[in-house]
Amino acid sequence: MTSTTIIQHILTGISLGGAYALIAIGYTLVYGILLLINFAHSDIFMMAGYFMVFAMAVMPWPIAIPLVIAVTIFLGVVIEKAAYKPLRAAPRMSIMISSIGVSYLLQNLATYLFSALPKGYPTISPLKRVFQIGSVSASLVTFLTPVLTLILVFILMYLINHTKLGMAMRAVSKDYDTAKLMGIKINQIISVTFVIGSAMAAIGSILYFTDRMSVTPFSGTLPGLKCFVAAVLGGIGSVPGAVLGGFIIGISETFLTAMGYSTYSDAFTFLLLILILIFRPTGLIGETVTDKV
Amino acid sequence: MSLLEIENLSVHYGGIEALKNISFTVNAGEIVTLIGANGAGKSTTLKSISGLVSASGGTIKHNGEIISGLDTQQIVERGIVLVPEGRKVFSNLSVLENLKIGAYLRHDHAGVAADIERMYDLFPRLKERHWQMAGTLSGGEQQMLAVGRALMAKPQILMMDEPSLGLAPLIVRDIFSIIRKINEQGTTVLLIEQNANAALKVADRGYVLVTGEVMMSGAGHDLLTDKSVQDAYLGTSAH
Repeated sequence: MTSTTIIQHILTGISLGGAYALIAIGYTLVYGILLLINFAHSDIFMMAGYFMVFAMAVMPWPIAIPLVIAVTIFLGVVIEKAAYKPLRAAPRMSIMISSIGVSYLLQNLATYLFSALPKGYPTISPLKRVFQIGSVSASLVTFLTPVLTLILVFILMYLINHTKLGMAMRAVSKDYDTAKLMGIKINQIISVTFVIGSAMAAIGSILYFTDRMSVTPFSGTLPGLKCFVAAVLGGIGSVPGAVLGGFIIGISETFLTAMGYSTYSDAFTFLLLILILIFRPTGLIGETVTDKV
Repeated sequence: MSLLEIENLSVHYGGIEALKNISFTVNAGEIVTLIGANGAGKSTTLKSISGLVSASGGTIKHNGEIISGLDTQQIVERGIVLVPEGRKVFSNLSVLENLKIGAYLRHDHAGVAADIERMYDLFPRLKERHWQMAGTLSGGEQQMLAVGRALMAKPQILMMDEPSLGLAPLIVRDIFSIIRKINEQGTTVLLIEQNANAALKVADRGYVLVTGEVMMSGAGHDLLTDKSVQDAYLGTSAH
């Protein structure tokens, strides 16, 4: 490999990693608050892909993008209210099974409504414009994804660590009953979490599918699983962890593919999951909170 | 009319009756204590006043209005604030953030800032450690923080669930002197304790709970000197 191709692959890897990171944030936030692995998250991401297909058919991208983000947020919040909220007092396993049910429901609904045939993903022309820097050339989306990811993560970290809302989110993630005793409305905070997670999934979906050309009802499954692995790898519950995990998986996947091992790139991701669970179950930067009793 | 009136309150956990028709009142400005052994239903009483567990019968009135069935958040809005058993400080928040979150429903920024300073005056240890994560504090400091956090809500009625649990005797003494101080500043206190001796000394009135029922009530001093209370809860009888 020449240095130019290496740089090219690093760019592609960082870009893919950025999209993964945005999706992984949704897993990690929901886990932090509800202790739920939201299996439906990958399908919210897939549905966002379809929303974009239909929106772009009738309107220009500057209107389509905010609309798609809004509709995806709506979907995420409705799922929470319909499938998770009634199970608030139920054992954790019940709510997880409910999320698996929602995941299949969305996949089957998409198959029924849109057929299983791939639908061409619309081209957002400015994102596809090719830039040339030295001997390296890449489309705008490749440069934009990691930058946008870092900006969004920075805003999110500020929200979580320096605002009243973020303080309430951290309190709810620690202890529902005590948070209630502060006057915090638990359901409101949980809804906010789904709003943020779904918005990130919608943005991630636009960046991801722009490089993929098509959407199918099962397009969310594998990237969703990988982003879940990314969240666990970084330390589930931690936002910086999810971002780190997303970039690690995106870059390593790109390099394996570049070296001709594309068959093994998925296997590698899941091998990573097994290794991290065995040797460092709290993840790379997952926090171990000290609790004195 | 009493500030807080509990009438025939019953609570069931599944098929188990945790509270059987208990009734008691708390008047404005008082310190009232519920004493009783483990499992007598003391915590359940406070949790049902706070709306954390729902009652299966009876009513809870605040200023003559029925508040049973309201959300915890609405109860807090009415100025009824609980310091939960085992402190329950947010270990992943700093000491300062724990105080701030106590004032979650308040919107007077200047007032909140002034009250944080007041808490630092009341609990100087908290000021020294304001940037530390609350999980790193000692048990006594966590109890101070839990009380401070509850006071940040400007409660009319402060309910405390076993504030002396697991603390060294010297710190227990501090906690009870703070309870008295808070009361003198105008806050009504409803206190539950296994440490009946300390609780009755500080309380105006007390109720003795036995397996979910009120067995006896009276002025704190009278209960303290009552033979049967001494035998059962104060461990002062000769063996």
